Amino acid sequence: MARIVGIDLGTTNSLVAYMADGRPRVIPDRHDRTMVPSVVAMTDNGLIVGDPAKEHLTRNPERTVYSVKRFMGKSLEDVQGELAYFPYHLTEQGGVIRIKLGEKTYSPPQISAMILKELKRRAEAHLGESITKAVITVPAYFNDSQRQATKDAGMIAGLDVLRIINEPTAASLAYGLQQKMQGTIAVYDLGGGTFDISILKLKNGIFEVLATNGDTHLGGDDFDRQIANLFVKEISEQHGLDLNAYPDHMQAVRLEAERAKIRLSDELKTTAILDLPESKGRYSRDLTRDQLESLTMELVERTLGPCRLALNDAGLTSSDLDEVVLVGGATRMPLVRQHVEALFGKQPHCELNPDEVVALGAAVQADILGGGTTDLLLLDVTPLSLGIETMGAVMSSLIRRNTTIPASAKEMFTTYVDGQTGVDIHILQGERELVKDNRSLARFRLKVPPLPAGVPRIEVTFLIDANGILNVSARDVRTGATQSLAVKPSYGLSDDEVERMIGESFKFAADDLKARQLIEARTEAEAILMATEKALKQGSHLVGEEDLSSIRASMAAVEAAKSGEDHKTIRAKMADLEKATHHLAEVLMDTSLKAALENKKLSELTSGK
Amino acid sequence: MYHHTHSTVGPRELPMARSMCWHCQSEVAGEYFCERCVKVQPVSKDLDYFTCLGFPRRLTIDQHQLETKFYELSRAFHPDFYQNKSAAEQTISLGNSAMLNIAYRTLRDPIERAEYLLDLEAGSVKEIRNSPPADLFEEILELQDTLSEYRAAGHASETESTLRAKLQSERNTLEQRQREMEATLQQLFVQWDTLQDRGEATDQARTERDRILKQMRENLSNRTYVKNIVSDLASTIG
Ligand SMILES: Nc1ncnc2c1ncn2[C@@H]1O[C@H](COP(=O)(O)OP(=O)(O)OP(=O)(O)O)[C@@H](O)[C@H]1O
Ligand SMILES: [Mg+2]
Repeated sequence: MARIVGIDLGTTNSLVAYMADGRPRVIPDRHDRTMVPSVVAMTDNGLIVGDPAKEHLTRNPERTVYSVKRFMGKSLEDVQGELAYFPYHLTEQGGVIRIKLGEKTYSPPQISAMILKELKRRAEAHLGESITKAVITVPAYFNDSQRQATKDAGMIAGLDVLRIINEPTAASLAYGLQQKMQGTIAVYDLGGGTFDISILKLKNGIFEVLATNGDTHLGGDDFDRQIANLFVKEISEQHGLDLNAYPDHMQAVRLEAERAKIRLSDELKTTAILDLPESKGRYSRDLTRDQLESLTMELVERTLGPCRLALNDAGLTSSDLDEVVLVGGATRMPLVRQHVEALFGKQPHCELNPDEVVALGAAVQADILGGGTTDLLLLDVTPLSLGIETMGAVMSSLIRRNTTIPASAKEMFTTYVDGQTGVDIHILQGERELVKDNRSLARFRLKVPPLPAGVPRIEVTFLIDANGILNVSARDVRTGATQSLAVKPSYGLSDDEVERMIGESFKFAADDLKARQLIEARTEAEAILMATEKALKQGSHLVGEEDLSSIRASMAAVEAAKSGEDHKTIRAKMADLEKATHHLAEVLMDTSLKAALENKKLSELTSGK
Repeated sequence: MYHHTHSTVGPRELPMARSMCWHCQSEVAGEYFCERCVKVQPVSKDLDYFTCLGFPRRLTIDQHQLETKFYELSRAFHPDFYQNKSAAEQTISLGNSAMLNIAYRTLRDPIERAEYLLDLEAGSVKEIRNSPPADLFEEILELQDTLSEYRAAGHASETESTLRAKLQSERNTLEQRQREMEATLQQLFVQWDTLQDRGEATDQARTERDRILKQMRENLSNRTYVKNIVSDLASTIG
């Protein structure tokens, strides 16, 4: 069977991992970075993803998408409250958010697909084989629409998504395998955009989820926002500047807020510095850990309610827990650790890198599906109750939350009027009494043969599969005939749309490839120019005038090619420069500089090899 | 490969009726897998949860044995292990897993288990009681009055705190009642199991059976009623 990779498609960072020799490993890029920032930028030359795209956050904020995961499976109305925080333009079509980048609009699954494609490429380059199958993780508390949107993203990226698994459960797989953890454990996962808590029982290779809870809209992003709001307010007070009018500066504020937050995990005090627009100079501010904690206390406390609910649903108290595991970058905050420790009365584990552990677990699950690992089995649950609308706009529950999946329920439908030919069914997800307080998943019309009222008997089966995704089928009990259902998702792309997007994704792949190659060539050209400058400074007296002028000419040629649009020309000029510097490199006794010139690769330059 | 082992519950009916293997058409002797072609067989939809998990219809079940059996069958049926198999086998795996999960969920909880058994033996108990049990009638009416007074009382007023104390003591009483009902149920469960173990087919046994089922039904619905009131109370006074 072809290799299956495990992917953590995060709000802030995404990773890809695979299993080798019974051990999961995260795949790094050439610069040894394991995380791909979940950022996509539309440049004049096409779309770029990851670290290079991150640079465009301040340069080109209207056309640089970050935290797109927050919009997966959502309508515009769902995110009204935070629209103001995003510099890119959002619209809606068919219940699905669309992101406007230049002339075109993209659905969140399409943007996510670009991140997935980047991970796919990374895995292909590293493993030297084509990758078409993947396990992708989602927050445990994701609803059906959000899961389906993630699956759509995979398809658009040209991946066969064999399984969607929950992030905290994936983390438990990694801990179970690598740390031989056993017993009843709680996994507390606070990432960039989402919070999950899962309670599991680990016994003889079975990972049984007892209960899960969470908040799909709570994470490090919200912490950053608190700090950023403070900076913006102070800048307005001190300098009379409303930064909201400067999207690029707003992004700089957000990024500086995040950096300050991260520093305050290790230090007690830090200074945030921001350049202001309109020649207003600089804003510089000391921020203490205490101040950060009072700004974010309420957010951290918001995670405790779901923890208690999950324990309650599992029929446990915190003293029943054997271990507590921390996952997600935001759990590095001392305030978070203190709260977790106080709530569960236990020192939490964080032996495995909280950024990587979810991807590692996804790789383990991929190996289980591929048949490599046969002794582990994950039994997960559905996070939210599933039901249908009944008389009086009330939800009637069919599958309760925290039911082990796959799970199914059958419901018999009949008619109230003679000759009635259809029954409308509205599927919902949530814990509330009234339809309007729950999430609408989909609607469909059951076809019924025209008969006297009460005679038709149509059995509808609602099945939540191992991905936590709903499948509906119907059977006429009298005739035994099954009927195919046209289920219309309330907040999702239609099959046709996904089909079209898959097509487009291949069409644009060529453009995107060009954009990426250009960016890579430019970055490397930049690096080789810098290295040459450095070498010249140290060794120009060691070579002849002829060499020097040839080096200068080649440098100018690289410089000129760099501002052009053709990556091949840049590469050709870089090769010329390399030849021109050959002698200089030879005579330079400084080995590190010599190495720098011979190995033009940015990776080796920057890692100082 | 998964090896089917019989549970230690004792001699039991094999979980599936004798039927043909969907794949090789040989006779399947009641295992979950065809002995000849080793393909997984669909668990019959008509199978009750006790049989599905290989337990007799008793109301006392060893939780540990139940869990062991559930894990064993999960390893046999879970879709994770059918990724490389045919579409037909994948469908069977999905259906069997869903059935197994609901069976385990039902039998794991003593109350749900009893409700389910009652349903099997004598038809549904799930009709919701909407008037208080006779012996609690007065008490509940009074409680309802206190609750509306409490909701109407001004925030942090003196009346509010008096009423809260009253409701709190009501809650304690009702919780005590719920525990008593559960204890009675527990006794009925034991009576049921003993009767089943004797396995007599006399008129006397039949009368005894009907009595136990009737009392169980009454107690189960009263308990649900009280439990709902208690959780209402708990969410009102926090
Ligand atoms: N040392 C640190 N202190 C505080 N916060 C940190 C630290 N390191 C990372 N973070 C925060 O962690 C978040 C990213 O975590 P992570 O990579 O686990 O999220 P994600 O997987 O992308 O998001 P999600 O799981 O919510 O989809 C960011 O908000 C980042 O600022
Ligand atoms: Mg994460």
